[in-house]
Amino acid sequence: MFTEDTATALLDEETHDAINIDRTKGDFTFPERNKFDAGWGLSSATVDYICDVKQDPDWVREFRHKALAVFESKPTPTNWATKDLENIDYDKIRFYLSDGEKPKRSWADVPADVLETFERLGIPQQERAFLAGVEAQFDSEAAYSNVKEELSKQGVIFVTSAHGLKEHEEIFRPWFGKVIPTGDNKYSALNSAVFSGGSFIYIPKGVKLKQPLQAYFRINSESFGQFERTLIIADEGSEVMYMEGCTAPKFETATLHSAVVELVALKGAKIQYVTVQNWSSNVFNLVTKRGLAMEDAEVRWIDCNIGSRLTMKYPGVIMKGERARGEVISIALANTGQHQDTGAKMIHAANNTTSNVVSKSISVGQGRATYRGQVHIPKHLKGCKNNTECDALLINSHSRTDTYPAITVKGNRHATQHEASVSQVSEEMLFYMRQRGLNEGQAMSLAVNGFINDLVREFPMEYSVELKRLIDLEMEGSVG
Amino acid sequence: MSLQITNLHATLENGTEILKGVTLEIPAGEIHAIMGPNGSGKSTLSKVIAGHEAYIPTAGSITLDGQDISEMSIDARSRAGIFLAFQYPNEVPGVSNANFIRAALQARLPKGEEIDAVAYYKHLYAQMDLLEMDRKFTARAVNEGFSGGEKKRNEILQMIMLEPKYCILDETDSGLDIDALKIVAKGVNAMRSPKRGMLLITHYQRLLDYIKPDHVHVMAEGYIVKSGGPELALELEEKGYDFLKEPAFA
Repeated sequence: MFTEDTATALLDEETHDAINIDRTKGDFTFPERNKFDAGWGLSSATVDYICDVKQDPDWVREFRHKALAVFESKPTPTNWATKDLENIDYDKIRFYLSDGEKPKRSWADVPADVLETFERLGIPQQERAFLAGVEAQFDSEAAYSNVKEELSKQGVIFVTSAHGLKEHEEIFRPWFGKVIPTGDNKYSALNSAVFSGGSFIYIPKGVKLKQPLQAYFRINSESFGQFERTLIIADEGSEVMYMEGCTAPKFETATLHSAVVELVALKGAKIQYVTVQNWSSNVFNLVTKRGLAMEDAEVRWIDCNIGSRLTMKYPGVIMKGERARGEVISIALANTGQHQDTGAKMIHAANNTTSNVVSKSISVGQGRATYRGQVHIPKHLKGCKNNTECDALLINSHSRTDTYPAITVKGNRHATQHEASVSQVSEEMLFYMRQRGLNEGQAMSLAVNGFINDLVREFPMEYSVELKRLIDLEMEGSVG
Repeated sequence: MSLQITNLHATLENGTEILKGVTLEIPAGEIHAIMGPNGSGKSTLSKVIAGHEAYIPTAGSITLDGQDISEMSIDARSRAGIFLAFQYPNEVPGVSNANFIRAALQARLPKGEEIDAVAYYKHLYAQMDLLEMDRKFTARAVNEGFSGGEKKRNEILQMIMLEPKYCILDETDSGLDIDALKIVAKGVNAMRSPKRGMLLITHYQRLLDYIKPDHVHVMAEGYIVKSGGPELALELEEKGYDFLKEPAFA
């Protein structure tokens, strides 16, 4: 019998090496050699600097300035979120850094230090092994962006957002900022003011990508803010899987990552967006992600949050067409000094729409995990379904977990289900595992992997192996 | 070569003494059985040998082939060669049996060395065949939703796979029907070796019909009160534990 276990074990060595990313692997940096540096702090001059460097069209410049005003007018949301947000000092962040190079279509043309960075992270190897296209972002801008030729011929567009808004304005502009309006929250406004990098993807009608597209976001510079902006449009009946990975070195000072990701799945289209983030423990990661699913379309967010100082991320799906489906599958691991504040938003806006949320969090040491869920089903609709499951695993008594589900269901023609559980790795279970020869860290790691096992299967195999390794590393360091 | 337990005392955290000076030597190549009524300290003895942290050893020593293991952690004792087949094996949700056993084997390898997956599965399947276990078993989570008999067979499978020097089987026969008992006994007998010692903890003579012990000990109230050959088990079966209360054994 060929089980999933054997499949993982029988990966050939090259594939194995290609996907073997660990945390120590991300902890390195190269000297900065930025031609463009917006300097410290954020003002209208910063926005103009970015517009000038990027040669933005006027409508984008206007969009940015309006967004800056919204950002400045919105209070920091400490009324419901953590006070740690107040520790972000915008005057001590550089909002744009780049070497002024255009993204290359061949790794051979990428500057040596940047190439080495991505090689150490395994990106070119992964591209060869299983990807349809890759964008690799280094601080503010993409260093490499390429998609397989046969896909370009079919009309697939996979470029940076800057390229998209200029060269494909007719597709880009109608959807840009529509799924997530500038004023959605303080951090979406911040991103809208200073965004740089990220992907623009368009999949033409009926085109189904067999291999995933991947973006990798790398922070190299200290005291830096990364604000990529991604827009994916899947035209009618098309299918795409997009995967993103992120790392940053461990710096002494805080780093800010604030992305906005908008997905549009037109009639009958399917988008899967997979994230495995492994930020170092000084990154504030404040990300807004939302998808729009039209008739019979499907948007799935598969999200794994490891690392960072504070992550606030609640991927959402607006089900705007009949029979649209939305799904959020998320895993969060909060170690000591970390707060994973994650969740999901499911907005039902048409009849017979279905949403599913499965969230599993692990709190280790003094790590804190928070789940915030929002499910909205208005009264005038019928036949909507939501299933929400939140499970928390506590690794020791200092850990903290909170669940804030908000399910607003009006009318009686719907079906919703909510389950939540909190469990612990018991002493007896540990004794059993250790009696078999596993040390405490290995036993914990196995217990954690078991806890999330059913969700890990939702990740592409290459990522699920990486995920298990990341968890092993987190757990090894967490027990004394 | 032996597992040597000398004057072992152990208490619970609240100070209650459970083991009151147990001395026992299990030489490699021998099978010893410990019988005794409920509450006599049999199961506690097995857990203290394995290093369970709920018991505080207050005196005595445990040595494995001459090496004192009393100060070693639970997992280091396991890797040194102690295996405990649990009376009530724990569930490990979401972790497949195949992965669990592989992780335990991996933990015995030097850093950087990896288990050969193909050879591993071949070996695992052969042992499962011996224990008449379905192949589907590898993908099931450890002990989750297992029947009592399946759990016990799983313990024996792990024992065979880990090749310990000394095996302690804590009431492995309890809750088994006669067919399952025979299969378990077959597995245990397959492990008999001049290099391996075994300690069977049981209430009943029944198990000893299938696994012939070299020595039988009777435990009561935290002491070993009588030792003898296999005939002692038959005598206990016939007379019950009450005969221990006769003045001769007090």
